[in-house]
Amino acid sequence: MMRAGVIAFLSLFVASAAFANYDKLSDPALEARAVALQKELRCLVCQGESLDESNAPLAADLRRLIRARIAAGDSDDRVKAFLVSRYGDVILMKPPLMPATWLLWFGPLGLVLIGGGAAWLVISRARKRALRENS
Amino acid sequence: MTGEIGQLALALALALSLVMAAAGLAGARANAGVSREIASGAASGFFVFVVLAFGALTYASVTSDFSILNVAQNSHTAKPLIYKITGVWGDHEGSMLLWMLVLAFYSAIMVFTKRGGARLTSAALGVQGLLAAAFLLFILFTSNPFLRLDPPPFEGAGLNPLLQDPGLAMHPPMLYTGYVGLSAAFAYAAAALITSENGAEWARAARPFMLMAWIALTLGITLGSWWAYYDLGWGGFWFWDPVENAALMPWLVATALLHSALATERTGAFRSWTLLLAITGFSLSLIGTFLVRSGVLSSVHSFASDPERGVYILAMLILAIGGALALFAWRGPKLEEGASFEPVSKESALLLNNVFLTAAAATVLLGTLYPIFYNAFTGMRLSVGPPYFAITFAPIFIALLVLVPFGPRLSWRKADLKAALRMLAPAFGVAAVACIAVLAMASPHSLAAAGAFALAGWVIAASAIDLRARGNLRNLPISAYASALAHAGLGVTLIGIAATTTWRSEALEVLKPGQSMQVAQYTLYLDGVETVQGPNYVADRALVRVTANGRTIATIAPEKRIYPTEGEAISDTAIRTTGFSDLYVALGEEDGNAWKLRAYVNPLAPFIWFGGAIMALGGLASLWSRLGIRATRRAETAVAFE
Repeated sequence: MMRAGVIAFLSLFVASAAFANYDKLSDPALEARAVALQKELRCLVCQGESLDESNAPLAADLRRLIRARIAAGDSDDRVKAFLVSRYGDVILMKPPLMPATWLLWFGPLGLVLIGGGAAWLVISRARKRALRENS
Repeated sequence: MTGEIGQLALALALALSLVMAAAGLAGARANAGVSREIASGAASGFFVFVVLAFGALTYASVTSDFSILNVAQNSHTAKPLIYKITGVWGDHEGSMLLWMLVLAFYSAIMVFTKRGGARLTSAALGVQGLLAAAFLLFILFTSNPFLRLDPPPFEGAGLNPLLQDPGLAMHPPMLYTGYVGLSAAFAYAAAALITSENGAEWARAARPFMLMAWIALTLGITLGSWWAYYDLGWGGFWFWDPVENAALMPWLVATALLHSALATERTGAFRSWTLLLAITGFSLSLIGTFLVRSGVLSSVHSFASDPERGVYILAMLILAIGGALALFAWRGPKLEEGASFEPVSKESALLLNNVFLTAAAATVLLGTLYPIFYNAFTGMRLSVGPPYFAITFAPIFIALLVLVPFGPRLSWRKADLKAALRMLAPAFGVAAVACIAVLAMASPHSLAAAGAFALAGWVIAASAIDLRARGNLRNLPISAYASALAHAGLGVTLIGIAATTTWRSEALEVLKPGQSMQVAQYTLYLDGVETVQGPNYVADRALVRVTANGRTIATIAPEKRIYPTEGEAISDTAIRTTGFSDLYVALGEEDGNAWKLRAYVNPLAPFIWFGGAIMALGGLASLWSRLGIRATRRAETAVAFE
């Protein structure tokens, strides 16, 4: 499945050979979109880096692929959707919001609320004690 | 011979650490003077043998003794001397030995200072002994640096070129001083629970260790971030990489601990919480070590990972954290023993500080571990990258920074909020001016950057006000500078982060010699590319002439180095800094007779690391005042009056 995907997407480059040795689009607006997009996407073989930063050959291929799709008139979302369908959510630097990531996305807020509630309890108790000591 | 000496030293250190653990814990009983003497003696011996083992490995590395597997795998005769020394901790085995060395240093300091009295020290040494024994077993059985290689090869395999760098050479010792410093705080917390002396005394005894840990973590993270900036070649300074998160989490908790322990020392408030934080801080250090060393998370710079070692560290983690928490549940202070204070007071401010800092640390933990659990439960993979932390972590930290100026200006037990606000009014003015100035002058316009500058102005100005309010600047004790510097440093770092991320200019071009490119106000001419021979690498060095307004202002030389032994290429960036702005140029791949050049102008980027250094200075000021003789005497008088 994975291999079939890789072959399918590699075959795209035969068509976009114009970008193969120089990976910049001539229209600055489109190029800016491509650069912005590759910062939101993860290099799959080097984990910590985005496509923008990686020197890996796969990342270079994906950079070319993004430009090919943008030049062909795809919207940013369509390019992302295409890459997600090929590689899964792991390619997105920003994890999508879905039931399996609710804990991830809402956890921090929950932590602050729980912490705030606990602090409120501690402070009100300390205040009661202070009142008792003063009376 | 060197290998055998090292091996023997490690075995003896293990034996002595077990003695230290048994005698130290036995010395926790009342009137167990003999046990305490034995524990101190064992700790001193343990220190000597760990130093000897570390010395043996260093000697083997410096003399390129390739009959030792570890040296053969990670060194090379052509490697410069400095990297033969620092390369000792460049690999897994050596870095674990460094971990042990730092632990031994802290144990020696405990023996030497006997802070908190003989009984508390003895119990703390016992806990340190247990930790040392666990780590030594780990080293001897899964990560022995002294294994032999027969026959020895003529040449070693070399060290990852990324690590052959002065910044990174100092990074691990700093981080480990921080991680393991938290083990001392942990040991004192556990000792307090064991001896039931869980009042303020242990917090006072452990404070210098907490401070040392915090200073070292601050510097370690700052160095690491600086290294990533200039060495990785794409101008970023923080990637929310699991390895970075592993250092950030203990830092956040150590910061919370320093603040909470302050209240515990002064008024006895938050006694349980401070104990828990000390346990949590070290637990996160262990989790960090586990994450980095086990290979659970593959990341950019997890250069030595192995799942079997991971299982051992995981077991150790569960025993240490579980044991400490069980001890806490059994012996921890009762809830009714809480302190009394008004809602508007320094205690409340410190409590809110702790809420935000621990929530921030927990958020980083959540984001770091989520992909692992997600994969375990769904079988699919997920990335939690910088955008996630920008949305979740940043707001929590911003809320914290808004409140930072209040803490130092509120008094214990009962404070006057109106007076504090009146005093901080000028800081509010500075914030407003900073906000308007950024909106009016900087382009592109950015509300977020204006907000960040306002916040930084608020924090820095409030620090200045706080210093002024403490008295005549000429006669201020050093301790008065501690919180002001630490807080101001946060503001300085924030300025650097906001400016760099908002106003960075970047350009990527493929140039032939003679061609030029434009980045911000600079024009860069590629004058030529030459080949240079380094001690253990060959480099392509680009000569880049920098001009602004038609005048040549500098020639800089970014390199692309090939390390033939290691078979790796890294880029050595050229950075021209004014202290306020960096021009950053990295040389990329060759393409025909043309070269890829990546250039950035990062305004105010150096502030990111200046801020870290200022924070560390604040920590040093506090540590200095704690270790000063006068301060000790004053504290003793204070204790006598209690």
